[in-house]
Amino acid sequence: MKTHLATLALAAATLAPAFAESLSFDFKDPKGVNNIVFQLDAPLESINGTASGISGTITADPENPADVKGKIVVVTETLHVPNPVMKEHLHGPKWLDIKTHPEIVFELQEVSNVKREGNTGTADVKGTFSLKGVSKDITVPVKVTYLPGKLKARGGDVDGDLLVVRSNFTINRSDFGIQAGENTEKVSEEIAITLSLAGAAPKK
Amino acid sequence: MIRRSLRFTGLAIAALVVAFWLISGADRGWTKTSVTIQKTDEVTGLEYPVIENRFVPGVEFLALGTLAGLALSALTFLPIPTKTKNT
Repeated sequence: MKTHLATLALAAATLAPAFAESLSFDFKDPKGVNNIVFQLDAPLESINGTASGISGTITADPENPADVKGKIVVVTETLHVPNPVMKEHLHGPKWLDIKTHPEIVFELQEVSNVKREGNTGTADVKGTFSLKGVSKDITVPVKVTYLPGKLKARGGDVDGDLLVVRSNFTINRSDFGIQAGENTEKVSEEIAITLSLAGAAPKK
Repeated sequence: MIRRSLRFTGLAIAALVVAFWLISGADRGWTKTSVTIQKTDEVTGLEYPVIENRFVPGVEFLALGTLAGLALSALTFLPIPTKTKNT
């Protein structure tokens, strides 16, 4: 009995510092894994692209998943489609206007419907999505996996934790003033977005 | 002689364009200058795209190239205007 209590106390003492405070996860991934995939499926044309210039910080308490703050930033210039003419149009003033609007931002406001199973959880994240100068509150479903002590496994010398965030959601381009109602036969109104992100919290 | 050479050159261009398009994967989309390959990060399990610069001819390449070749060949069938002497 005494042995069990001692083991429990040791485990609590070991785990307590890890969960005592919020962790700050940096989403500027040096391995370049973080990515966003966007798909537009119009009657005459399907457009598939990716974005890689992702940064931002999310502060989260693994013990209290609802307490999350932070934002994710995407450099608009990194939005890529394989056809060079299409890419030029996408970046141009009629569509995303990357010179005037160099960033796409999602700023977290609140988290609800948190369901947790081990190190993985799902939740609905409400935040402000800013695209081409228009900000709109949206709620997106996310799946989060907390990987304590896994930072070093990705290469490098620093110990720390990883937070993996996955999400699939849809936005409407007309909501953000992107050629509303124009060319809908070739460029669909709905943009399906898939987020695959990993944030790192190095141990101090 | 020149007509015959141009005719065969035009047909050869059209045939080469079709062959190049077929060999490159017969892509029925627009021409691409990059190809996206999916990889998986072992630690996080995240899938991520790796973009490789590669030319993949699409339907507009096929259409324009074939048309240009056939047009060159067709030009050789046009009659040459002859100078008539006025007496």
